[in-house]
Amino acid sequence: MEITTRALWTLIHGMGFGALYLLASSGALLELYRLTTPSPPSPPTPGQFRFLNMYLVAMVVLAWAAVLTGAYVIYPWYRATPPPGAVDLSLFPQHLLMSNPATSGWHSLGMEWKEHVAWFAPISITTVAFVFIRYGRDLANHKQLRAAVLAFAAASFIAAGIAGCFGAMLNKNAPIQGGPSIQLSHGGVE
Amino acid sequence: MSSPPPTPPPNPSALTNGSGAAAILSAAIGAFALSICAIAADKLPSVNAALVFYKPTGPLSGVTTLAILLWILTWGILEFRWRKRTVALGFTCSVAFTLLALSFLLTFPPIADLF
Repeated sequence: MEITTRALWTLIHGMGFGALYLLASSGALLELYRLTTPSPPSPPTPGQFRFLNMYLVAMVVLAWAAVLTGAYVIYPWYRATPPPGAVDLSLFPQHLLMSNPATSGWHSLGMEWKEHVAWFAPISITTVAFVFIRYGRDLANHKQLRAAVLAFAAASFIAAGIAGCFGAMLNKNAPIQGGPSIQLSHGGVE
Repeated sequence: MSSPPPTPPPNPSALTNGSGAAAILSAAIGAFALSICAIAADKLPSVNAALVFYKPTGPLSGVTTLAILLWILTWGILEFRWRKRTVALGFTCSVAFTLLALSFLLTFPPIADLF
């Protein structure tokens, strides 16, 4: 069992940062709503606020890690230009997708949207984390600000969802491949 | 005999809304700037070339770097001006939500290609 370094980086970007961020988003939305509700059934404890502070900071780190690895590690491999006359485009995913009308939309719509919309996730969640940490319990007293924080958390979730969905489909249709192989285990002969 | 201390008003707000409003509005401005830069880089060859800050990533590097710089700069200025003030949050949020919604729409290729 082996994996190429490019595939490993894609895994780290998509599953390590992106998917973990998406999983965390639903929890963040729920906790933001619960802890800042103006009339909670039981008052939230300082420990719950500290936990959500750390949770949101971890999400900020995940979101930035996802877009930065995507733009500066994976994307250069994706958009690499093949040498003139190249027939095998498997190492040039963008050109591989564009070479077939049945798959060109994954680039012209999928990647073109993903590469920009993904950045709304870290921008939005950084804002959410800042406002929540700054206001804490007091956010419950600012009805409109609370609504804005929840809306930006939802926007971050949607942006990450769009990017994640197209990322998965792009990698299914034209996987990022190449680079040195890493041997993970030696398979036995059946 | 001393009188009992006055009862505090329910849920007193310790902070003004200015700092939060600054964060919300600047994030929306940053997102909107990103969508405008992306369209400009796609439609204008001179802008496209100028936004290649890191060649392997192409113009995306310049589009996102410029938008993030604008976001941080706007946030810093608004935070400095609004942090101790109570601002019209309804209007600020309306502008922010409009910009954010436009940002999503303007990055969607079938809409971006209309320009």
